[in-house]
Amino acid sequence: MTDIAPSADTLLIAKPAPRSRNLGQIIRWLLLFIGGVAMVMPIAYMISTSLKWPHEVYNVNLIPKEPTIENYTYVLEDGRFYWWFVNSIIIATITTICNLLFDSLVGYTLCKFRFPGRQIVFIAILSTLMIPTEMLVIPWYLMSQSFGWLDSYWGIMFPGLMTAFGTFLMKQFFESVPDDFIEAARIDGLNELQIWWTVAMPLVKPALAALAIFVFLGNWTAFLWPLIVTNSVDMYTIPVGLSGFGDEADVAWELIMTGAAISTIPTLIVFLIFQRFIIRGVVMAGLKG
Amino acid sequence: MANLALRSLTKSYGSTEVLHGISLDVADGEFVVFVGPSGCGKSTTLRMIAGLEETTSGIIEIGGREVNNLEPKERDIAMVFQNYAIYPHMSVKKNIAFGLRSSNMPKPDKEKRIREVAGILDMVDLLDRKPSQLSGGQRQRVAIGRAMVRDPAVFLFDEPLSNLDAQLRTQMRLEIKKLHQRVGNTIIFVTHDQVEAMTMADRIVIMKDGHIQQVGTPDEVFHSPANTFVARFIGAPSMNLLDGHLDGASVTLAGGQEVTVPALRGGGIRKVQLGVRPDDLHPGSANPIITGKVTLREPLGAETLIYVDTPSGEIIAKADGRTPPQVGETVELGADPENLHVFDVASGAALS
Repeated sequence: MTDIAPSADTLLIAKPAPRSRNLGQIIRWLLLFIGGVAMVMPIAYMISTSLKWPHEVYNVNLIPKEPTIENYTYVLEDGRFYWWFVNSIIIATITTICNLLFDSLVGYTLCKFRFPGRQIVFIAILSTLMIPTEMLVIPWYLMSQSFGWLDSYWGIMFPGLMTAFGTFLMKQFFESVPDDFIEAARIDGLNELQIWWTVAMPLVKPALAALAIFVFLGNWTAFLWPLIVTNSVDMYTIPVGLSGFGDEADVAWELIMTGAAISTIPTLIVFLIFQRFIIRGVVMAGLKG
Repeated sequence: MANLALRSLTKSYGSTEVLHGISLDVADGEFVVFVGPSGCGKSTTLRMIAGLEETTSGIIEIGGREVNNLEPKERDIAMVFQNYAIYPHMSVKKNIAFGLRSSNMPKPDKEKRIREVAGILDMVDLLDRKPSQLSGGQRQRVAIGRAMVRDPAVFLFDEPLSNLDAQLRTQMRLEIKKLHQRVGNTIIFVTHDQVEAMTMADRIVIMKDGHIQQVGTPDEVFHSPANTFVARFIGAPSMNLLDGHLDGASVTLAGGQEVTVPALRGGGIRKVQLGVRPDDLHPGSANPIITGKVTLREPLGAETLIYVDTPSGEIIAKADGRTPPQVGETVELGADPENLHVFDVASGAALS
C-alpha cells in the first residue's frame, strides 16, 4: 500500500467550514425566525381572539380555553357586516380594474410614445406621490361635496381610480417590452390600442399582478377616506364598519377580530390568484436566445 | 411582388442629417442587400421603407405607388427583426397567424395558409410550441413565417442573422436564399456582414456615412470596387492598398518599384494607391510587384496567409499551404496585371 500525501487542494476541501460561517448562518436563521414570528403572531392572535368569549379576550393565551364560533355566527348574521363586505368587494374590485387599465394605459403612453411635454407630464404624476393622503382628503371632500358624491360608491372610489405609483410601476415595466414587438405589430396592421392590449399587456402580466395585489389590498384596508366620505352605516366599508363594533364604554374586540378574520379571506384569494403571474422573464422568451 | 424605388431620400434628426439623398431602384423579385459599418444609415433606410421612421425628404415607391404618407400596414411590406420579435405569450401558430389578423381572408383559408408557410419553413411539428421552447434558429424561422404568411410585396430583413451562432447563421443564410428562389418576392436585407451580403445578394448596396458608395452584383463590387472604402470593406482579408505615384500608365510605389496597370481611367501625374487583394498576391508570381520580409504566417490548410513587411507597409498575401515561406524569409510578391486596382488618393475613387 502506498501512502500518498494529501495535496494542498485536498486539504483545503477537507477543512471544515469556519466556525464564524456557522455562527453567521445561525444568526441569519434566528433573525428570519423572529421576523416570521413577528409576522404570524398578530394573525394568530386575531384568529384566537375571534374564537374567544368576551370574558376571555384580555387573556393573552393563544389557545382559547373555551373555543366558540359564536362570534362568527353573530357577525355573519348581522346584516350590517354583509353590506360592508359587499361595499368593500365592489369598491376594491372596481378600483383594481380601473387601476390596471388606466395606470397601464398612461404608463404605456409615457413609455412608448414621444410627444412634447411627455417628461413634464411624467414628473407631474410622480410628484403627487410626495403629497400625503391626509393633505388630500380636504380637497377630495370639497370635490365630492360639490359634485354630490358624498356617501356614494363613486365618492369612495374616485381618488383611487388611477394612482401615480401604479403609473410609475407600469411605465417602468413597459420599458422592458422591446420596441421591436410594437413595431412588428404595427407592420402587421394593428392599431395602437390593439397593440397595447394584444402585445404589450400580456408581456407585463407580472407587473399587472403585483399592481392588482397592491391596489386591492390598499382599497380593502383603506380607512381614513371611506370614513370621511361616508355617512350612512350601509355605505361603510369593512375597516370603517369594524371600528364601530363597540361603544364608548366597551370595545368588542372578539367581534372586531372575527370581522377582520373574515375580511382577510378575499385578500388571500386575490393574492393566490395573482401571485402565480408574478414570474419574471416572460418578456425575454421571445427575443434572441 | 413589386419593385421598389428610393428617390433622393434624406433623413435628419434635428439639424443632423444622417442620410444624404440616396436613390436606388430595386427590380421586382430582386434580392438586394444593404451592407456597411455601424451608423452608415442602412437600418434607417430600411425603417424608412417600412414606415417606422419618417422621411425628411425624398420619395419611396413600392410597386409604383408613393408610400411616404402611408402607415406601415398600408405599405404591403413585412419585416423580420434582428431580435426576432416573436411574441413570447403566443404559440408558434398564433405568431404566424398574427400576420393575418387584419386580413379579410376566410378562416379555413387562413388555416391553410399557416400550414403552407409552416410546411415551407419545416415547422409543422412546432406549431403548438411557445417561443421559449424553440432554439434560436427555430425562432428566426417563426419570425420569417410571420412575415411570409401575408405574402407581402416586399420583405424587409433587419440583420436577422446577427444573433445566431456561426454554424446556424450559415444554415439560415442558405435557407433564406432558397426561400427567395422559391417565393420570388422582392427582398431588402440589411447586414453589416459582407460575407452575408456576398453570398445572398443579387445586388449589394454598400453604404457609408449616409451615402451609397456602390451598387452592384457581388462580382462587380468584389472585382471592380468603386473606391477605396468598398475595396477594403468587401473581401476578407481586406485589399492591400500601397501608396504610390501615377505617371501615365504606370504606378511607382514607395520602394521605387514601377508597376504597369492596364486600362487606367484618367492618366496624368497624381498620388494614388495601388490595390491588390491578398487572394491575388502570391510569392513567385510572373509579374512581381514588391519585395518584403515575412513577419507572420496564418495557415488555413490548403493555403497560408503571409504577412509581409514591405517599404509600403505591411501587406497580406496568399501562399501555397504545403510549402509556405518561412518567417523572416524575403519574398517577392506579384499579381496578374488584371487583378491590380488603382485609386485616386484625393477622392478615393477607382481609376482602373
